[in-house]
Amino acid sequence: MSETSKIEIRALRKRFGSNEVLKNINLDVAKGGVVALIGPSGSGKSTLLRCINLLVVPDGGSVRVGDTRFAFGDGTKLPDTKTLAKFRATTGMVFQHFNLFPHMTTLQNVMEGPVTVRRMAKADAERLARAQLAKVGLAEKADQYPLTLSGGQKQRVAIARALAMEPDVMLFDEATSALDPELVGEVLNVIQQLASEGMTMVIVTHEIAFAREVADRLVFMRDGIVVEEGPARQVIDNPQEAATRAFLSHFHRTGALPPANTVS
Amino acid sequence: MYQWDFGILWSYRWLFLNGLGVTVGFTIVIVVCGLLFGLLGAFGSLSRFKALRLLALTFIEAFRCTPILVQLIWFYYALPILAGVEMTPITASALALALYGGSFYSEIIRGGIVSIDKGQSEAGAALGMTPSQSMRRIVLPQAIKRMIPALMNQSIIQFKNTSLVSVLAVPDLVYQSQVAAHDSYRPLETYTAVAVAYAAILIPLTILVRRGEKRLAVGE
Repeated sequence: MSETSKIEIRALRKRFGSNEVLKNINLDVAKGGVVALIGPSGSGKSTLLRCINLLVVPDGGSVRVGDTRFAFGDGTKLPDTKTLAKFRATTGMVFQHFNLFPHMTTLQNVMEGPVTVRRMAKADAERLARAQLAKVGLAEKADQYPLTLSGGQKQRVAIARALAMEPDVMLFDEATSALDPELVGEVLNVIQQLASEGMTMVIVTHEIAFAREVADRLVFMRDGIVVEEGPARQVIDNPQEAATRAFLSHFHRTGALPPANTVS
Repeated sequence: MYQWDFGILWSYRWLFLNGLGVTVGFTIVIVVCGLLFGLLGAFGSLSRFKALRLLALTFIEAFRCTPILVQLIWFYYALPILAGVEMTPITASALALALYGGSFYSEIIRGGIVSIDKGQSEAGAALGMTPSQSMRRIVLPQAIKRMIPALMNQSIIQFKNTSLVSVLAVPDLVYQSQVAAHDSYRPLETYTAVAVAYAAILIPLTILVRRGEKRLAVGE
């Protein structure tokens, strides 16, 4: 496993003040694997996701993505901002509230990473950005500002923006939680398409049916620890731990994905 | 009943124009320098380093919480004694006014920067931007839009504050009008004319600011 794993988390710890959010977390994601992180709010799943691209700097343990490994803890020096930036450029992240840049058009949003971070020529970046927008079905929205888009469209632009960096892994932080129910499907479809193309992904989600369809592994967290982990279908259909069972009882676990009429 | 006679001021026209030139020139200098101090103060107060934050905070509060008239006198009379720095009245008053304005500009600029949602700089960081890249490309372009009305407002106050430099005998519009008033024994006409001159410059400016505010609000 460790030879082929793309992401490797070992003994990860994080506390905010007196609140211990992550307690000794281990996680492996295979190359091309899709891991769904589920759990009640406050379980630490979003913090764990943010530790993978070091938006949150852990207090202890280690994080490896591809060939880059960072260790944390007493006596280890924190990586400097340049090293961090370079590392984050190889991981794409999609946020719950989209976080699109409102002062830029859709196209400029997607071009921003390639131009500013990768120092790509404007013409090349524009070609790349238009291709990514087409991929998420929004080629015709290139010149519009985020303000004029629906939530689902905003999130698809955010995915295109992350993909324009041509990342090795994609991290999704409750990407559909802020969306109206009828807009969830179009975003999940894009994520599913990425999964089928072999993108390595970690997905924090409350869409249990979606996790069952798309993820190959599922991690259930509560109170900062991994309670249960295994093949997604197996854990969802036949949870072993009482806590997992209690959590999953709140959801419809099967069924087709919501329809997505708007993806062209 | 007082007999108004504004005609008498005509003979002092060059004195007034001269003073007005000094006032406008002075305003330009203290607005530009004040903005520079403001930028330094704002970045200082947002710095990761505690010493820098403390330094910026001391500067901001020291100048924000003392009267500008006291600062002007202090810079001219006390600084030479304390620090052995001899300054001309013009240098002393320009420095005091620029620092005074800078302390207010600092708060406006800092407020503009922190008003931008944290998700914006996070999105920049997630793309692989360094903090300075995300400040330049993502946060500042949005923050400046929000700062402009308040910055313009503060600059109008700066313009009016230049009237205080006459206490250090800087020959601005107020100082020259004092000269004219003493000479003509017509202080009422003189100071009315001075008030009109300030208003004539500032009212069009405030209208411009208000129009700008409306246009920026549409862009939000």
